[in-house]
Amino acid sequence: MVISVLLAPLVVALLLLVVAPGRGAEVLSVASSLAVLAGGIALAVATVHGHVVHGLGGVIRVDALSAVMVIVIGTVASLATSAMGRTIAVTADAASRRRAREYGVLVQVFVAAMLGAVLVANLGVVWVMVEATTIATTFLVGHERSRRAIEASWKYAVLCSVGIALAFLGLVLLYFASAHAGAGPRAATLDWSGLRALAPHLDPKVTRLAVGLIVLGFGTKVGLAPLQSWLPDAHSQAPAPVSALMSGVLLTVALYAILRVRTIADAALGVGFLRTLLVVLGLASLGVAAVMVIAQRDLKRLLAYSSIEHMGLVALAAAAGTPLAIAAALLHVIGHGLVKSVLFLGAGEVHHAESTTTMAEIRSLLRRRAALGGVLAAGLVALAGLPPFSLFASEIAMFRAEIGAGLGWAAGLALALLVVIAAGLLRAGRQILLGPGEPAADRTPRRAIAPLVGALVASAALGLVAWPLATLLHAAAGVLS
Amino acid sequence: MTGVAGAVIDLAAVAVLVVGVAGLWRRDLRALVGLLRVQGMALALVAAATAATQHDVGLAVTAVLVVVVKAGIVPTLLGRVARADPGARESAPLINVPSSLVLAAALVGLAVVVGAPLHALDPGRAAALAPLGLATVLVGYLLLVTRRRALSQVVGLLVIDNGVALMTFLLTAGVPLIVELGGSLDVLLVVVVLRALLGTMRARLGNVAIDELRELHD
Repeated sequence: MVISVLLAPLVVALLLLVVAPGRGAEVLSVASSLAVLAGGIALAVATVHGHVVHGLGGVIRVDALSAVMVIVIGTVASLATSAMGRTIAVTADAASRRRAREYGVLVQVFVAAMLGAVLVANLGVVWVMVEATTIATTFLVGHERSRRAIEASWKYAVLCSVGIALAFLGLVLLYFASAHAGAGPRAATLDWSGLRALAPHLDPKVTRLAVGLIVLGFGTKVGLAPLQSWLPDAHSQAPAPVSALMSGVLLTVALYAILRVRTIADAALGVGFLRTLLVVLGLASLGVAAVMVIAQRDLKRLLAYSSIEHMGLVALAAAAGTPLAIAAALLHVIGHGLVKSVLFLGAGEVHHAESTTTMAEIRSLLRRRAALGGVLAAGLVALAGLPPFSLFASEIAMFRAEIGAGLGWAAGLALALLVVIAAGLLRAGRQILLGPGEPAADRTPRRAIAPLVGALVASAALGLVAWPLATLLHAAAGVLS
Repeated sequence: MTGVAGAVIDLAAVAVLVVGVAGLWRRDLRALVGLLRVQGMALALVAAATAATQHDVGLAVTAVLVVVVKAGIVPTLLGRVARADPGARESAPLINVPSSLVLAAALVGLAVVVGAPLHALDPGRAAALAPLGLATVLVGYLLLVTRRRALSQVVGLLVIDNGVALMTFLLTAGVPLIVELGGSLDVLLVVVVLRALLGTMRARLGNVAIDELRELHD
């Protein structure tokens, strides 16, 4: 049934072990991503009215929130795999073919691990899957094998593994608390729905320790400040499609775990504890992003810091926690996935054409490469949170929900930081896009530009009419309340 | 809990922490890997003795898994790296050995304070030992942040992981088997990936201390 479509990445990963790198491998990779997207839509239809789909003897548990995440994964993966042939050069020599094969397989394993994380019932297995994404992406980050790429991938693997070890410790404590929740040790569970049912009886002291560790642990993987130090390095050194997947969706997969834990924490501890923690992490992330975006000289690092910003915004909405805030946060996750993928893939094309991503060395793209420049211009406008793109709509909705939840001061502070970041993004855009120049001879092919334009159009359309997603987003927010 | 098994658990749990602290003291990378193997065995002993007292088949499977992965494959993989670079020593830890031992003592104290609510919730003998696991985690972090060689950092990561595992055995007689299996596989793969990355690093850059990698910054 539907779930089996989601095995596509694993099947394709196995196929790519035997299929020669090149056109065929690309087609298979894109097909796998489209299958995931289709599966996500089918799951959305199945869960939008509050149904929960179970599978594999209770290991799989899919509700509307999982469906939203599968759709985001499928969308970003489709964009990322469509750009595979542009980034990974397959030449005749054996080493390059081996690396291209490794790349294709690992991308599929990476997507499969993210899917696993959002489809399983047990929070311990969610953790296992999130750690599996780190393992799958370490070599992808270091794909270039340059000194910088190796440095980035080492930092990434060690810091994320160490950070997420905290989350596991937190889950162990939560499991321990559930064993002493009055229903006997046999009722001990790490299943999300089971924990939610037991939540009012969990020991508050142990649960507070557990939730703090879980949020810091997964927060490392989300890239929330002050745990973000690995993120700009990893996201800027990885090949563009991998950066798109990591920024556009991996961060939010880790955030998904925090959203799930929030419902348990709120039922056990009241809303105050986690709200304070998330407000602090969210505002710190926005602050770090603001400082770093303004001073940034590298296009990919600029985009990486902007991801920290957007995760901070979503963390603030999660702190507010009302159904409206969560629905807006999920719309933001979708919009960010689309726009950030477009920009990272666009930055990949810039690197392809200009052999650099240092912004001072890139000039007048709108004149010299009109199509690519246009895509980057629209993407930066969208990322800065300007209409008509959906990030504008979701930011407004998140701020309104935060004010409604009594976090008006935090929303005000966030808005001020957002203005600073938007100014930084637009300044960067002016630097690389404007200026005189002659059209370049080597134009970016239409095949590479078309998916990016499609994603931008989708993002604008979502900003103007939230239908048909609105019902699904509200259903997903309902799951968490 | 029967007397003998209880005593085994007590001793082995203490051994896990002591071996972790010894890791702060030894600077020979091969000795460090040897300590990791001993820690894996002590951890397996805790799991096995707990499984025996509670007649828990899942935990017995876990104990075997711990022996194979944490006392077997992982130290062997890392040992090969250490041997490829004979005489390799932690050149100059960021904090000298006596200071790190003092810090470790402070961390053990911290673990006892932080772990108090755990014992309050479960007054049993095993839960009383939980601060040992917490202290092992903290000592692992200390090892990780104060050592400069890549291999020592991997050992620090694994000491943290062993500390968390010790907590699971003491507090809840392990986690559900599916989580345990997945977690062990993750640990194994992380070590494989980091080892391969070490190989690439050595091939491309020679023997570097991690803090010499400083090209990426803003």
